[in-house]
Amino acid sequence: MSTTATAIGVSSKRGIWGGGNEPLKASYGKLMMWFFLLSDIFTFAAFLITYAAIRVSYPAYSGTMDAFQGSNEYWPIPELVFDAFPFFHGVHMPLVFVGLMTFILIMSSVTMVLAVEAGHRNDRNDVVKWMLWTLLGGITFLSCQAWEWSHFIHGSDNGAVLTYVNTLNQVVTETIYGANLVVNEYGPAAFAQLFFFITGFHGFHVTIGVVLLFLAFYQAAVGVYERRGHYEMIEKIGLYWHFVDLVWVFVFTFFYLI
Amino acid sequence: MAAQENKTSLEVIPRDNAKIMKIWKTAGILLAITAVEFLMAFTMDRGLLLYFLFIVLTIWKAKYIMMEFMHLGEEAKPLFYSIIVPLIFLVWLVIALMREGTDIFMLRW
Repeated sequence: MSTTATAIGVSSKRGIWGGGNEPLKASYGKLMMWFFLLSDIFTFAAFLITYAAIRVSYPAYSGTMDAFQGSNEYWPIPELVFDAFPFFHGVHMPLVFVGLMTFILIMSSVTMVLAVEAGHRNDRNDVVKWMLWTLLGGITFLSCQAWEWSHFIHGSDNGAVLTYVNTLNQVVTETIYGANLVVNEYGPAAFAQLFFFITGFHGFHVTIGVVLLFLAFYQAAVGVYERRGHYEMIEKIGLYWHFVDLVWVFVFTFFYLI
Repeated sequence: MAAQENKTSLEVIPRDNAKIMKIWKTAGILLAITAVEFLMAFTMDRGLLLYFLFIVLTIWKAKYIMMEFMHLGEEAKPLFYSIIVPLIFLVWLVIALMREGTDIFMLRW
């Protein structure tokens, strides 16, 4: 069998189209992962650039930080919206929680590279160890995001008095607590909509990532990759996981910092 | 062929500490840049300069993640360029949508 394959490979008539060579010196799976990630970059870029476009179409909040009050007349300052931390109710801790989430995700990316590096060395114990850390990081990040969403949806103690068009097409003025897709106490309706769609789509990617990480962790632990002879699956899932981290770096800057 | 499939253990190559140190160093750089961004968010006035610095630092972090963690720099050059070059289209999208947003702002307020 191997002799026929070689015969086709070296046939001068068929050249490189005879098969048996690796385009771009990468395996099929890795190549396809890269092109999938490229298309995903465009999806996330469309989300974030839309955020920028909608944001510049609203006036920025111009008053002092202390006097900030949520209104659908102007775009809020993110550090005044995202200032809560679990178990510290009512304490103003701007961006601390989201900073912690960033730290967790970057660290899980680091343990992922360490798992990939261990995979290159065929070191099953190290792969299993680092995959477990990465998995824990991913689950912790998702739990943090669940808290963040829950807090965003339920809102602050005082809420904000807003005039808006409700779902029955009536103009109403009332105190709003928290956020939904129609109205929110922080800023224009688009602010909460973009928050839900951008962090939600990212969170969905993290969820898929956690499932893949668990699969790879399990298969590495029971020796599937060892029998297969290589740990390339760890590398492919690693690419996806780093991408999730990469997107978060941009979400962090454009949604929380700017 | 059958013998290979039944093989249950691969030869483990020992750790290369220099390589592992480099990974932790990259992690340190990423966390340091994030810390600097935090510091800037609370010490500098909001404005175009701050936003510009945030974007530069973010792209710098993205470069580290893609080159060091995803090993894009070690891939074949055509693969590297087929990932990086299409991102040029995003420049157009940024210009077009920022212009659009500004025009909506002028109409609305």
